Amino acid sequence: MEKEKEPTTNSEKKNDMAQKPIIKRRTLLKALAGIPVLGVFTFELFKKWTYDQEKKNMILQELGLDNIQAPAIIKSSSATKNDLLRIGIIGFGSRAVSHANGLGYMHPDDVEARGKNDTLKDWFAQEDLNVAITGICDVYDLHAENGLAIARNEFRAGGGKPSDIPVKRYRTYQEMLDDKDIDAVMIATPDHHHAPITIAAAKAGKHVYCEKSPAHSEEQLYEMYDTVKNSKIVYQLGHQIPQSVIFQQAKDIIKKDILGKITLVETTTNRNTSDGAWIRHLDKDGKPKPGDEKTIDWDQWLGHAPKVPFSIDRYYNWTKFFDYDIGLIGQLFTHEFDSVNQLLRIGIPKSAVSSGGIYYWKDNRDIPDLLHCVFEYPDRELTLLYSATLANSRSRGRVFMGHDASMELGSAISITADGDSTRYKKQIEAGLIDPSGPMISFNPNSGKIDAVTSATEKYYAARGLTTTTINGLQVDVTYLHIKEWIDCIRSGKTPSASIERAFEEGVACLMAHKSYVEKRRTEWDPVNRKIV
Amino acid sequence: MYTPMQRYVLVALRLLIGWHILYEGFSKLLIPNWSSMGFLKESKWILTGFSDWIISHAGILNAVDFLNTWGLIAIGTGLILGLFTRVAAISGAILLFIYYLNNPPLIGLEYSVPTEGSYLIVSKTLIESIALVALAVFPSGSFAGLDILVCRFRNRNNKMEE
Repeated sequence: MEKEKEPTTNSEKKNDMAQKPIIKRRTLLKALAGIPVLGVFTFELFKKWTYDQEKKNMILQELGLDNIQAPAIIKSSSATKNDLLRIGIIGFGSRAVSHANGLGYMHPDDVEARGKNDTLKDWFAQEDLNVAITGICDVYDLHAENGLAIARNEFRAGGGKPSDIPVKRYRTYQEMLDDKDIDAVMIATPDHHHAPITIAAAKAGKHVYCEKSPAHSEEQLYEMYDTVKNSKIVYQLGHQIPQSVIFQQAKDIIKKDILGKITLVETTTNRNTSDGAWIRHLDKDGKPKPGDEKTIDWDQWLGHAPKVPFSIDRYYNWTKFFDYDIGLIGQLFTHEFDSVNQLLRIGIPKSAVSSGGIYYWKDNRDIPDLLHCVFEYPDRELTLLYSATLANSRSRGRVFMGHDASMELGSAISITADGDSTRYKKQIEAGLIDPSGPMISFNPNSGKIDAVTSATEKYYAARGLTTTTINGLQVDVTYLHIKEWIDCIRSGKTPSASIERAFEEGVACLMAHKSYVEKRRTEWDPVNRKIV
Repeated sequence: MYTPMQRYVLVALRLLIGWHILYEGFSKLLIPNWSSMGFLKESKWILTGFSDWIISHAGILNAVDFLNTWGLIAIGTGLILGLFTRVAAISGAILLFIYYLNNPPLIGLEYSVPTEGSYLIVSKTLIESIALVALAVFPSGSFAGLDILVCRFRNRNNKMEE
């Protein structure tokens, strides 16, 4: 380091500073040595960024996807929200809790718990739907009390104000449907009650939001369809999945024919836990969950089903028994079918073949734990496949396979070009599209569609890990589905999971179920409208 | 005192690491809604619990993402310009060491993200972290970098106060 002569007095010091340059030129150059490097860096950074943008835009333009934007959540117009809608909930298990949350109601304990782990904000931002839960109906006291506590909580999403209508518990659903002070009902009972309650509600003129599956038998399904069609009620089946913003993108991708001719759609269920296999009567410590004949109205719970003595196994694990539902087909394939039907409008299949068995969960169940169903649509030149296992959780996704590309549709969209595609032949040869990894991904949280370029992005997109919770709110799809139903009640429009869709789904599911039970191929007779 | 050759090598090392860290920071800034969630989800070994805690709190994850991105940019800029070189080098070393602790290539730890090289216990991240320690121990900002001016400024102020 250069040493400069030390000035001695104060006046000399000041004088010295004024006359001599403070720093020598050579020292200054050394001090600024990093500046040119930073300059080069900035230039290169800009070049790289421009290159990446151009490459992304080129792929998106080639595919005609450059103008896709994430749809915003549509706000209800205030004019349609004037009338308070009084809603009764029939069956108050865990699913009804989600329904109540969607309506803007939450249990005080949940409010506290979610406030602590920072997840209350998204729920609280939900728009107030101007509804009041005024009735709860459950055969089990504990569940009904839970429902009452939720309906009575004054802390509401979206700044909703507590209504002054008292919340009533109804012992039977008939009692609730007879009450003039109920406008609409949400049904979240075991499946064998869905159709009978829907039919009674339609006759009573109450709007219906019903969980899947729509009906437990053919007779129920046909009667339900006719009754709802001949009524003025708004019916919505509980398939919230297509409310996800990525479904709007998927629709656009199908419309723009990015995949080419789709001939195979593969849907799957991949579970490997006792809970996933519907063994749910034990708590964490392995002790039976609460509930007995004194607190559960067993006769009412059974309804039209064969009379059997009270069983905690049947009460909590009803899915295992054909008396109350149709297993994997009714619980999980229904969602798959609706997802595909919402996108491709496939409707009722010409034929269905199911095969499977009870290979892993060898308890007292009727329902298979491994199941494959094949649905043929010769008019559409398409096969819909459902492959389900309750004994392996390897993620197999939901894939739409076209001649030019495959689309995996889960919590994110990922589209991979086919190596032998006709449409993308040139781009693949030019190296613009790489068929070994996804070429487009859509991350619902980033709100925009992206051509995938970097290896890490490709990696995460393939596994649906690109989702983030950084910007914007996480919107609950059940809330959106309920909101659509309520908006339709007020506007008189038809919701997406209408009675028509429910009928198509009901027929497809019952065809597959009949095929499994009768061990034969079943067909739909469109003239006589029945399964043969 | 260093020989001229030692000075050149030290400055070159500082510039290269600075460049790398600066670009790491900017690349995170340029990816829309980039989040450390993917990286933290993969966390193995002693920091797993801490990483899970970050992921489960949206607000904290947000803060971590912000600090990480802008921290990298600040450290990279500091190293290139030779400004607060020692602070930049030490912060960079600590940050990189935290990355290393989140996914060290130890025997028995398997990651789903493929690595770009072959590592056994020692990874490039660890080496870069130690290289930054070296840059802190052998400071180069005082003979090539804005630290010269910082030094001068401080000295002058000290003298004025005398």
